[in-house]
Amino acid sequence: MSGPVASPSPPQPTRRLWELLLLVFAWLIGLLGFLQVQWANGEGASAQLWVTVTVVGVLALVSHGVVQWKARYADPIILPLATLLTMLGLIMIHRLDVAAAHKAEINGNPLPSPDVYAQLTWFTVAVILFISVLFVVRDHRTLQRYTYTLGLLGLVLLVLPLAPFVGTTINGATLWLRVGGFSFQPAEAAKILLTIFFAGYLVEKRDSLALVRTNVMGVGLPRGKDLGPILIAWGVSLAILVLENDLGTSMLFFGLFVCMLYIATQRRSWLILGGLLFLVGAVLSYVLVSHVRIRVTVWLDPWTYSDTSGFQIVQSLFGLANGGMLGSGLGRGFPNLVPFANTDFIISALGEELGVTGLVALLLVYALLIERGLRTAVSVKDAFGQLLAAGLSIVLALQVFVIVGGVTRLIPLTGLTTPFLSYGGSSLVANWVIVALLLRISDRARRPDIATPAADDALTQVVRRL
Amino acid sequence: MNRPIRRIAFVLGLLLVALVINVTVIQVFLARDYRDRAGNQRILLQEYDRERGPILVGPDPVARSKETGDTLTYQRMYSNGPLYASVTGFYSLVYGATGLERTENSILTGKSSLFVVDRVQQLFAGRQPRGGAVTTTINARAQAAAFNAMKGKRGAVVAIEPSTGRILASVQSPSFDPNLLSSHDPAAIRDYYNALTADPNKPLLNRPIVALNPPGSTFKLVTTAAALESGQYTPDSVLPGPATYLLPNSTKELHNWNGKACGTKGQVTLRQALALSCNTAFAWLGVQLGDAALRDQARKMGFDSAFQIPLRVATSHFPDILDPAQTALAAIGQYDVRATALEMAMVGAAIGNGGVLMNPYLVQEVRGPGLAVLQTTDPSTFGTALTTANAATLTDMMVNVVDKGTGTNGRIGGVKVAGKTGTAQTGNDNPAVAWFVSFAPALRPKVAVAVVVEDAGAAEVSGNGLAAPVARAVMQAVLN
Repeated sequence: MSGPVASPSPPQPTRRLWELLLLVFAWLIGLLGFLQVQWANGEGASAQLWVTVTVVGVLALVSHGVVQWKARYADPIILPLATLLTMLGLIMIHRLDVAAAHKAEINGNPLPSPDVYAQLTWFTVAVILFISVLFVVRDHRTLQRYTYTLGLLGLVLLVLPLAPFVGTTINGATLWLRVGGFSFQPAEAAKILLTIFFAGYLVEKRDSLALVRTNVMGVGLPRGKDLGPILIAWGVSLAILVLENDLGTSMLFFGLFVCMLYIATQRRSWLILGGLLFLVGAVLSYVLVSHVRIRVTVWLDPWTYSDTSGFQIVQSLFGLANGGMLGSGLGRGFPNLVPFANTDFIISALGEELGVTGLVALLLVYALLIERGLRTAVSVKDAFGQLLAAGLSIVLALQVFVIVGGVTRLIPLTGLTTPFLSYGGSSLVANWVIVALLLRISDRARRPDIATPAADDALTQVVRRL
Repeated sequence: MNRPIRRIAFVLGLLLVALVINVTVIQVFLARDYRDRAGNQRILLQEYDRERGPILVGPDPVARSKETGDTLTYQRMYSNGPLYASVTGFYSLVYGATGLERTENSILTGKSSLFVVDRVQQLFAGRQPRGGAVTTTINARAQAAAFNAMKGKRGAVVAIEPSTGRILASVQSPSFDPNLLSSHDPAAIRDYYNALTADPNKPLLNRPIVALNPPGSTFKLVTTAAALESGQYTPDSVLPGPATYLLPNSTKELHNWNGKACGTKGQVTLRQALALSCNTAFAWLGVQLGDAALRDQARKMGFDSAFQIPLRVATSHFPDILDPAQTALAAIGQYDVRATALEMAMVGAAIGNGGVLMNPYLVQEVRGPGLAVLQTTDPSTFGTALTTANAATLTDMMVNVVDKGTGTNGRIGGVKVAGKTGTAQTGNDNPAVAWFVSFAPALRPKVAVAVVVEDAGAAEVSGNGLAAPVARAVMQAVLN
C-alpha cells in the first residue's frame, strides 16, 4: 500500500460511453447467439427470443444508468463482461429449453415451462440487488464496520443447510435451503459475506499475522499462536465437506482464505502452510469420505465407470469432443445428452456448440473480468478495498477454475455453479452483487481525490488505531 | 499489497493456461478418439437426427423415417416390412444396415454429392439436412403376389422386366420384419435378431440374390441355347433319350425322372426333350457340345459375373474344369452348377428379350429432399446371349413346355407363357429344390420370373407343382 498521495490526482475520464458501447456490443453478440439457436431450430424468432433480448437490453441500460449516476468513475469493462456472460448463459439455457420442448412435443407431453424465463426473472432480481448495492454501499469502506456481523452471518448461512426443516439435500449435496416454494444455495451468499469478513479481519490482524518467528530453509514461519485463524478456516472447510458433501464449496473457501491471507501478510509461509493443510485435508477426506473417494476414482479413470458414477463426466467429454475446433454451432449439437447441462455442465454444452474456439474465448472473458477485478485491487488505495477486490476476484477465478477444470477432467469434478452462466438464482444474484462491489471499489479507486478529500488519511488512521 | 496480488494474478493466469491446454487437448487432439468410444451416441444421433429419406415402391414409401420422442429423433418404419424385406433390408442401431438401406445410405442420409445444392440451401436455412428418396423398380402387385404365393414355402422369387432389366419383384421366404430390427430398443433388437439367426429356415437370408442352388432342369435352357447357337442342332434334331445314361468313363448311371425312356424307342427331338425334361438326352447333348460351349453360353447369360443391383448379388457359377461325366451332369444343372433365383430369371429374360440380356437393377430413380428427380437409372445391356432367331426358337420350345410338357401349371388363360420346370438334388441326403423359370407373354414379354422352392420333395413334378403356380401368380399380377 502506498502512502498518502501528496498532490491531488488529475481528473480521470469516466469512460461511461465506452461502457455503453461495450454493453451494446455484448448485447448484439447475445442477440446473434439467440438468432442462431432459432435458425438451427428451423423456426422463426420466437417470443422467448424477443422477450429475453429485450429484458436483457433494458436491464443492461438500467444498470449502466445507475453506474453512471452512482459510480461514474467505475471500471467501464466489468459491467459489459458480466452482461455478456449472463447473456451467453441465457442463450444456452434457452437452447436447452428448445431441446426439452421438442422432446415433450414429440412425446405428446405438456410443454415444460421455459427455464430461460425463470433465469431472466433471477437476472432481474440480480440487477435489482446490483442497483441496491450501488445505492446502499456508498463507500465500500463502510462494509468494514460490519466485518464480524457479516462473518457470523456468512457462517450461519454455510451451516444452515444442515438445519432441520429448511435444509435440503439435492443430488447428494446438502447445500440447499428451501423456504416456501423457493430453494436457494446459501453458500453463494456466504462466499461474498465471508470475503468481506476475511478482508476486514485480515486488515485488522495482518500486522501480527505477518510477524515471523523462525526461519526454516529461508521461509519465515508464523508464530504458533497465529495459526488459529488458518486452522479454523481449514476445519470449517473440512466440516462443509464432511457434513454437506460439498467438495467444491469446501475447496473454494479454503483456497480463498489462504490467498487472502497471503495478500494481507505478504508472507509466502502462509501459502506453504495452506498448501500443506490442503494436502492433509485432501488425503484425510479421501480416506474418510466415500463421496470424495468416488470423485477421485472417477476422475482418474472415468471410462470404467462410464455407465455409473462416471456417466456425467464421460458425457461431458463426449460433448466437448463433438464440438471440436469450431463447435457444432448453436442449436446443432447434442448438449442435452449431458446431465445437468444448464447448471453444472453448461461449460460442456457451450464447448460442444461453440468448439474450443468459443470455449477459449469464453475463458478469456472470465480472465478479463478477473483481471479487471485484480486491477481494481491494486489501484484502490485502502487496504480493506484492496483485499476485498482481490478476494472477490479470486473467489470468481477459483470458482471458474474448479468447475471448468471439473467438467473438462483437469481436476476431480465438484458441484459448483459456473458464475453468470449456470441456471440458478442464488449463483446469478451473488455474482452480480460481486460485480456491484467491484464497481463500487473501482469507482473509489479511480475517483479524483478532490471528490473525497483526505480519504487515505482517514483510512490510515483507522488501521493504525486498531 | 500489490506484489502478492500480482503474484496471485500470475498463478491464476497459469490456471487459465492449464484450462486452455486441457480443453484444446480434449476438443482437438482427443476428439476423434472420444467420438469413436463405446457409449458415445453422438455419431449415431447425428445420423438419426436427420430425416432419412424414404424408399419408394411406385409412389408409396415402404420405408420412411418417423419422428419419435426418444433421444434418437427419427425411427425407421417399414409399412409392409416382411413383404419388402428383401429389397429394403433393415436399418438397425445394433446391427447396422442391409439391403437398399445400406447401399443407398449416402442418398437416404443426404450426404451424397448429388445433394450439394440442397445442402447449401439447407445450410442457409439453418436446417438439418434431409435425405433423398430412392424409388425402386419394384411392382407392388407382383411383389405381393409372389409373397403371398410363397407363404409356407422356403425359397425365393425374382421377376424381371426383360426389355429393361428392371427387377419387378424380389421376395424371400421366410421373411422377417425389419421394423423389429430398426426399433430404438437395443435389447428387443438383439432378442429378435438372435431368434432370426437361430431359425433353421434362415429368414435373414436374402434368398433371391444370395442363395445359390443347383438350377437343375432349368439349366437345360442354357444347354438348349448352346445347342442352337452351335448351329448343329435344331428343335427337330433327334437325340437319344434312353431310360438310363451311363456317364462317360464311369460306372454311374443317370436316370430320367420317371425312370422311363423319352419319346418312342428312346429317340426324342430336342423340342420333345425340353418339353419332357429328358435328363438322358440333355446329358448326352451336353457331352456332345462339350463343357467349353456350355460354359460360354452360361457366361453369356450372366453366370460367373458379379452383379450389383446395387445390392451385391452372389455370383452364379458354372464350373471351370469338367470331365465328360461332370459335363453330362452340368448340362442338366447338377454337379457344381449353382445359380441364384435372379440369375435364372435373367436366363428367362434374355431368351424372352430376343437374346439380349439386360443388366438387372433395383433403383429406378433418386430424388432430392425436394422430390426433384436427381438421377434416373437407364437400362443397360449386359450382352447378347443368343441370336434373335435362336431366342425365338427357344421361346417357342418353352411355350411348348407349358402347353404340352412338364410346366402345365404355368399356363395363363389367353396369354402364351414360355417356361421351364426344374428339380435339383443339392446333395445325397438333402431334399430337392424345385424351380420354375418362365416369361409372359411369349412374344415381347413384360415379365420373366424365376421361382425356387427349397426342400421341395423328390419328384420332377415339384417344379410344376410347387414353383409354377407361384410364377403364374406373379406373371398374372404384372400382366393384369
